[in-house]
Amino acid sequence: MPETVTVCVNGVSIEMPAGSMVSAAVLKIGTSAFRRSVTGEPRGPLCGMGICFECRVTIDGEPHCRSCQTVCRDGMDVRTDG
Amino acid sequence: MGDARHVCDLLVVGAGPAGLAAAWRAAQSGLRVAVVDDNPTPGGQIWRGGSPEARVWFERVRSVDIQLIHGARVFHAPQAGRLLAEMRDGVCELNFTSLVLATGARERFLPFPGWTLPNVMGAGGLQALVKTGLPIDGKRVVVAGSGPLLLAVAAYLRKCGAEVLLIAEQASTAMLARFGLGLVFAEGKLSQAWALKKNFSRKGAKAQRIRYLTGCWVVEAHGDEKLEGVTLFRGGKRWQIACDYLACGFHLVPNLELVELLGCTIDTGGVRVDEFQQTTVSQVYSAGETTGIGGLELSLVEGEIAGLAAAGKRDEARTLFSAREKQRKFAALLNRTFALRDELKQLPAADTIVCRCEDVTFERLRAQSSWRAAKLQTRCGMGPCQGRVCGGAVEFLFGWRAESVRPPVLPVRIDSLI
Amino acid sequence: MTCKTFDVAIVGAGIVGSACAAECAREGLSVAIVEAGIIGGGATAAGMGHLVVMDDSEAQFALTRYSQQLWNEISDELPHEVEHDACGTIWIAADDEEMAEALRKQSFYAERGVRTEMLDAQSLAEAEPSLRPGLAGGLRVPGDSVIYPPCAAQFFVDQALAKGAELFLGKSVEAISADGVRLRDGTAIAAGLVVNSAGSWSPMLTPAVDVKKRKGHLVITDRYPGFVRHQLVELGYLKSAHSLTADSVAFNVQPRKTGQLLIGSSRQYGADDSHVDNSMLTRMLERAVEYLPGLRKLSSLRTWTGFRAATPDKLPLIGPHTEQQRLYLATGHEGLGITTSLGTAKLLVAQIMNRATEIPAAPYLPARVPQEPAHA
Repeated sequence: MPETVTVCVNGVSIEMPAGSMVSAAVLKIGTSAFRRSVTGEPRGPLCGMGICFECRVTIDGEPHCRSCQTVCRDGMDVRTDG
Repeated sequence: MGDARHVCDLLVVGAGPAGLAAAWRAAQSGLRVAVVDDNPTPGGQIWRGGSPEARVWFERVRSVDIQLIHGARVFHAPQAGRLLAEMRDGVCELNFTSLVLATGARERFLPFPGWTLPNVMGAGGLQALVKTGLPIDGKRVVVAGSGPLLLAVAAYLRKCGAEVLLIAEQASTAMLARFGLGLVFAEGKLSQAWALKKNFSRKGAKAQRIRYLTGCWVVEAHGDEKLEGVTLFRGGKRWQIACDYLACGFHLVPNLELVELLGCTIDTGGVRVDEFQQTTVSQVYSAGETTGIGGLELSLVEGEIAGLAAAGKRDEARTLFSAREKQRKFAALLNRTFALRDELKQLPAADTIVCRCEDVTFERLRAQSSWRAAKLQTRCGMGPCQGRVCGGAVEFLFGWRAESVRPPVLPVRIDSLI
Repeated sequence: MTCKTFDVAIVGAGIVGSACAAECAREGLSVAIVEAGIIGGGATAAGMGHLVVMDDSEAQFALTRYSQQLWNEISDELPHEVEHDACGTIWIAADDEEMAEALRKQSFYAERGVRTEMLDAQSLAEAEPSLRPGLAGGLRVPGDSVIYPPCAAQFFVDQALAKGAELFLGKSVEAISADGVRLRDGTAIAAGLVVNSAGSWSPMLTPAVDVKKRKGHLVITDRYPGFVRHQLVELGYLKSAHSLTADSVAFNVQPRKTGQLLIGSSRQYGADDSHVDNSMLTRMLERAVEYLPGLRKLSSLRTWTGFRAATPDKLPLIGPHTEQQRLYLATGHEGLGITTSLGTAKLLVAQIMNRATEIPAAPYLPARVPQEPAHA
């Protein structure tokens, strides 16, 4: 079982401990805005447990993924909407 | 497409303390048990990342025959004895004779100017993010809101290297003092909560003081594209401090969506259960925070009672009643102590967003005649969070209670509805 | 208890009742708006908000066309929340038979001055890339638009209130009498005339009114801007709306200004409860993904139901009741209440004021219906 995985966030590669959530990877590269609200406000994770939907990003082409509930997998491509 | 089908005697929804306790007891008693949970690993919120007590329980669960189904979001109850859960690749059909709903709780968020800035998070929210890989070393954090969770979060963050600037607890010193006194009678609790506070205020040679301010709350979060600082209020005075994160939550509210979908009667504070944790719907039990916010120990004992009752072991369940009663007293004290003060209703400004999914402002909402009118006219509560974030706020601000629930109780792919 | 005698009491503040209230108030009449629940809380809240011209019959065309022109006249005044969007409709032809139907529809509209554009398979695919390949084409109606109905109903109520109307919100009407309405709480509102615009609840207040509930389902997705650009309806839609007895589904998808997709439609008879019917929902969604395969992967946020008010001849009831004095009906709009609310209001007020109507009122008169003995 590898200790770390590498994901790509907005084109930037980052190594994360195995079992980390995608939300942590996004924050770790310094991005605080995960998405824009319906009136264009920058938004980031609020609840950390999958119920607020503010941490949504596009993962491997699929939009509206809750990054705080998605475990980082090697080679994952993550795009924020911020 | 990856659809799966499970059959069991007892299905437990939620792999937190209450759910695992129920599953263990039921499996021990010979039932075929399955536990379903949205998260990738068991433990719910409080045991995320493990703890000594969690390890004991995980060991217990491993020692019996329980099927753990992870990454599964229950969204529909199409008929009696069946739930549907969406998974990454398809839909899972869960068939059961009895059901334990142990869906836990979420934080209550109250809106205030700037609360939608990135890096303003829940208290449990920031803790969860750190537990799942967010580096917090050297970051300045203000912990605010209400509840014993604030102390636990502050302690954890500090352990991870954060600079916890202060804890702002809205409850007054007087309220907390009563809590402290009550705690003397609750076994083990004093050490958990007040020792933390003592550690914070004791001047250690190298230990950093963390101010624990009662009767204090955040009135504004500042920043351009993300949080840069907060304004605090206490005893008529306001002051600003710079920080990187604000971990702010106002105690907890139970996750009752599935409970409501199944038609169980709900009282103020939680789902109605009898002495064996059975709801008003036959063969449906509930345990843990869903019956009313009460903390870890109460969740465990309620879970055990539910598991035993579902397995027909009523006599054995009865032996746990007095432990439950003791915990319930503590829980009642807890909820009274951290009751939210009325001043918090003045926190939002006219243009403060209350519904984050649809960007509905406070002034638009207060012009509405009812929750239903608000939902239709402004779409507050009609976004993806389905009112889980704004619901606690509108109940506190306007007295509006959530109404009937329809499937899907969590957003799911169109495919999963077919 | 209010001592005032209103000129008109309007029962039911859905989009039809609200539009009628605004029109009456504009006419200078004193108006009482009586609503048991919330404004726009009935079929108005469950509807698609599609402002459409329909060709099912001359009468239906006349009313929808007239109404659509009225909507166009006010589109600039509509508040932001009404989300008026002139996205147009595309009636989709799956095969040659439906293409022939599209052509027939085109000439029907052309003869009556409604601009349309035939789309062949390629231009359909260009207009709506999310549609499955292999469709024959379609008919684009650029003059159609969409709105968010509950806010439109509120807007009309606000217009009425600005002209002196009074709103009685959360007040259930027990009975309509010769003097006005009697509320369930015992109080009475005196009015010279009463308008029953209570939609699928109309028969509860006026027993002989032949309006039946026709249940429909809807699903709304999360935001996917650009996935669909027009309101998309299958040409088989009218077959579904036609049937008086069978439960049916038809493909009908609307892009909201928010980027969310509103998915319909279903019709059921005799279904009285508002629970989501799993088998109908499945049928409706299966039909939708036949046309938009990519819909399968989209996130759905909510499902709900509503009751259309359906009459046997598929035309609404607008005008004086044949027996009860000083009672007018404005109900039975089935799936076209949003569009025809404005035309209904004009027809109603013209009749109340004893003026000529701008389009013939005869097809919608309650008097057109053969009288049935009133049921107890």
